[in-house]
Amino acid sequence: MVMTRSFVAAALALSLSATATFAAGPAIDIKRNSWSFGGIAGHYDRNQLQRGFQVYREVCAACHGLDRIAFRNLVEKGGPEFPKDAVEALAKEYEVDALPNESGEVVKRPAKLSDNFPPLYANEQEARATHNGAYPPDLSVIAKARGVAYVGPWYLHPWAMLKDIANGYQEGGADYLYALLTGYKEPPKGKEVGDGMSYNAYYPGNQIAMANPFAGGDGQVEYQDGTPATVENYAKDVSAFLSWAADPSLNSRKQIGWQVLIYLLITSILLYIAKRRVWASKH
Amino acid sequence: MQAHEDTYKPSGPVSKWFDERLPIMRMMHGQFVDFPTPRNLNYLWTFGGILVFCLVTQIVTGIILAMHYVPHAEHAFDSVQHIKRNVNYGWMIQSMHAVGASMFFIAVYIHMFRGLYYGSYKAPREILWILGVLILLVMMATGFLGYTLPWGQMSFWGVTVITNLFSSLDEIIPGLGTAVVTWLWGGYSVTGATLNRFFSLHYLLPFVIFGLVVLHVWALHVVGQNNPTGIEIKTKSDSVPMSPFAVMKDLFALAVFLILFSWFVFFAPDYLGHADNYIPANPLVTPAHIVPEWYFLPFYAILRAIPSKLGGVIAMFAAIAVLLFIPWLDTSRVRSTKYRPIYRWFFLLFVISCLALGYLGAKPAEGAYVTWTRVFTFYYFAHFLLVMPIVGLIETPKQMPGSITEAVLGKNAGGGGAVPDGVAAPAEKH
Repeated sequence: MVMTRSFVAAALALSLSATATFAAGPAIDIKRNSWSFGGIAGHYDRNQLQRGFQVYREVCAACHGLDRIAFRNLVEKGGPEFPKDAVEALAKEYEVDALPNESGEVVKRPAKLSDNFPPLYANEQEARATHNGAYPPDLSVIAKARGVAYVGPWYLHPWAMLKDIANGYQEGGADYLYALLTGYKEPPKGKEVGDGMSYNAYYPGNQIAMANPFAGGDGQVEYQDGTPATVENYAKDVSAFLSWAADPSLNSRKQIGWQVLIYLLITSILLYIAKRRVWASKH
Repeated sequence: MQAHEDTYKPSGPVSKWFDERLPIMRMMHGQFVDFPTPRNLNYLWTFGGILVFCLVTQIVTGIILAMHYVPHAEHAFDSVQHIKRNVNYGWMIQSMHAVGASMFFIAVYIHMFRGLYYGSYKAPREILWILGVLILLVMMATGFLGYTLPWGQMSFWGVTVITNLFSSLDEIIPGLGTAVVTWLWGGYSVTGATLNRFFSLHYLLPFVIFGLVVLHVWALHVVGQNNPTGIEIKTKSDSVPMSPFAVMKDLFALAVFLILFSWFVFFAPDYLGHADNYIPANPLVTPAHIVPEWYFLPFYAILRAIPSKLGGVIAMFAAIAVLLFIPWLDTSRVRSTKYRPIYRWFFLLFVISCLALGYLGAKPAEGAYVTWTRVFTFYYFAHFLLVMPIVGLIETPKQMPGSITEAVLGKNAGGGGAVPDGVAAPAEKH
């Protein structure tokens, strides 16, 4: 797509800072969204992951790698579940190192299903040189590497924690990414933004080296399935896709989880009855 | 071992032949079937068995993880991802191990508070208690070493901060601290060499824990279990054989504990961890807040409460070391806090202090947080060094039942009615 090119031109990329997520300053209150994969019963929405991958590929992939994901993952159950031949064709567009040939040279070959996405940069230095000193992090586990902080009075904090445990809240990363991707706004009066930096309402410190990836606005990415092509949907879908990339076993994890839980509940009841019987004579 | 009835009967000629040469089955039968347990134990006494389960789970899942994990600075982070993505059920095994560490500490802290409340450290159980404190110490070392292995940002910076603490020894003997730190790191900074040795030690220490647990159980079976009244077993009616009574109760409690365990493993595997540890270790970027795992937070708070590096380190280690002396710091004539009208309020204050220190340990060391951390750190030590000796001397204990049987069957037996209805004995609360 044309946008990819223009994005590359525009992008100054994200300052790596890993750390920046929890950088100094008061915690930023980030809205929690409802996700199909949220909570104790949620599962990934296959169509959403497919759209999210499209957004990743057309918008993010120019600067951000996905090194820990293999092409085959895109076919596997519980993920975007693209058709196998489509992913094989996709893989062929990428080149990876072949094994050394007879003369010891390492030549390139087209990628196969079993290969990971090849790294975009030889090393961090090269990445920084390409992006004005900023380092666009690999996105394979980014959804787990980010989160939302608790904002509120200290005496309610324990209850908020218990609520999150009871709800199986693990979508902090997706909530953060969505807020970040939709957080590009005009800086408030009196707020200076550095040269080549953008204002973002949800990025710690509010200055981010990554230019607004959805600067093209609604319609920047053309969806095939009739989903409205809006920036909100791009942000939402790509956050969902990155959540899957970071946690591809979520569907089977929760499914097995319920089986284990039901088994343990029944076992507990039986053990309790047995225990009552054994102790009956001692009360 | 405590003398009690022996009901072991070899089941056939082979076991009889074996029993005459190595009576290990007789010993196991004596210690884990016939062994008399007080009949009034409540569910807080089920955590010993739960802890054995936790240790075994950590060892088994850990051995499997070690088959796939690569202790190398360049590969450690990716190898954990490899386990979660490509190893069959690797995500489950990794999650059980990581969540299991937290569950282990939840169980051990409940186990310790139970011991503190019911005076389980008092004579003749001093060695039993001290072995328990040593187990805690080695557990903490193991947990700390293990958190290093994923080689994320929190791993790397946690190691950097904690190992650097030893450099404060320079204040005592110049050069000593630096030498110790260099020796721990295997170099002049935290590198792959550090990771490699930490992996080796992380694999070693669980077996040290296992050895200490054997001694802990041995000591327990010499002196017998304490119980909610703190009164020793006097007659046969005070106790029930371990099997099936205590065993059935332990199994039920374990199943309930496993529900909690599974909840985290399957529905909130990352809840107890820190998002920053999903960022590969980077020696050039320091996280804004370096926080240890939740189970170290109270001790981390104590470390930061003291405005001197060496002082903080001494306070942190003293917070555990002081536990070794409480059998002699507690001057009370009765064991169980149930019969101690004054001390029980101080005990409540102690529990609140520990929870507050845990909360404050996760907060930045600034402003009111520092003040409160100092207040609660003061009480943590005052509880052991002032409250335990003084309250024990001035307090008049409440009327106690004559025996365990009387405590359980009180009304039915027509004896001392000051105790709760015996029907609820197994679920008896303080």
